[in-house]
Amino acid sequence: MRDGATLKFAGKEFHSRLIVGTGKYPDYPTMQKALEASGAELVTVAVRRVNLDRKEESLLDYIDLKRYTLLPNTAGCYTAEDACKYARLAREVGMPEMVKLEVIGDQRTLFPDNEELLKATRTLVKEGFIVLPYVNDDPVMAKKLEDAGAAAVMPLGAPIGSGLGLRNPHNIMIILQAIQVPIIVDAGVGTASDAAVAMELGCDGVLMNTAIAGAKDPVMMADAMRKAVEAGRQAYLAGRIPKKMYASASTTMEGMIE
Amino acid sequence: MQIRLNGKPREVAEGISIRRLLDELGLHPMRVAVQRNQDIIKRDRYEEVVLQPDDTVEILTIMAGG
Repeated sequence: MRDGATLKFAGKEFHSRLIVGTGKYPDYPTMQKALEASGAELVTVAVRRVNLDRKEESLLDYIDLKRYTLLPNTAGCYTAEDACKYARLAREVGMPEMVKLEVIGDQRTLFPDNEELLKATRTLVKEGFIVLPYVNDDPVMAKKLEDAGAAAVMPLGAPIGSGLGLRNPHNIMIILQAIQVPIIVDAGVGTASDAAVAMELGCDGVLMNTAIAGAKDPVMMADAMRKAVEAGRQAYLAGRIPKKMYASASTTMEGMIE
Repeated sequence: MQIRLNGKPREVAEGISIRRLLDELGLHPMRVAVQRNQDIIKRDRYEEVVLQPDDTVEILTIMAGG
């Protein structure tokens, strides 16, 4: 039973189990309001070239660093070497030594490259990073990442940005039993019920970006996601009834007239 | 002299330091990471590291991402 009151890994503690991305919002003020509505404490960011052609607003002007912990990603990296470099660059910009580690193996599905992911995890753990790898919903790989020192493991529910929900909840359930570190479903959530399903299974958290940023009303969706994650968590802790083939009456037959 | 900065050619003064380059670009050293010819340059070395002609320099920062 994963019954902790908070999301904990590597000595860090978060009261919210919802982690949100900062990409794809129509504008920064909307993102700022959505982050607030989501209740998230951990938000993902990327490392990219400074735009030298024109002065741009900084994302950091819209994120209160007293309130949020930034989690840099290695999005767009296709080799362990590149991913490690981006993690180190993020550290140079002053980010915490923590990384949402993505090593992509295929452009169309954005599925992870297991081999490179494991290699990068080992390297960055050795360098003292808190490593949160984004991985396929593969229990064997999840175990290897845990053994390599990953602080949490983040299996996908479905391809990034697809909004398909948890395509293989059974694999997520097996992963939950196979390893001890927190399991955070990362990618695939389309709407509130998807987030709730992940939490009802017993996952420790959910990470999402497009489902909120791409919604017609991102701020309202962020609020919905916060509730869904909380509701799913409560339902998990409360313990659902077993599924049965046939009905069992809620009202007793006793006391009916003859 | 010419360097390659964030993927594009750029004219800079001979013997310019990274610190000076950031100043000229109006960039705060605390908000960027600098890579020179594949090596990440630590912030405390911005003053002393002097660029050479044809150096490839990348200046990166935190951006939105998922």
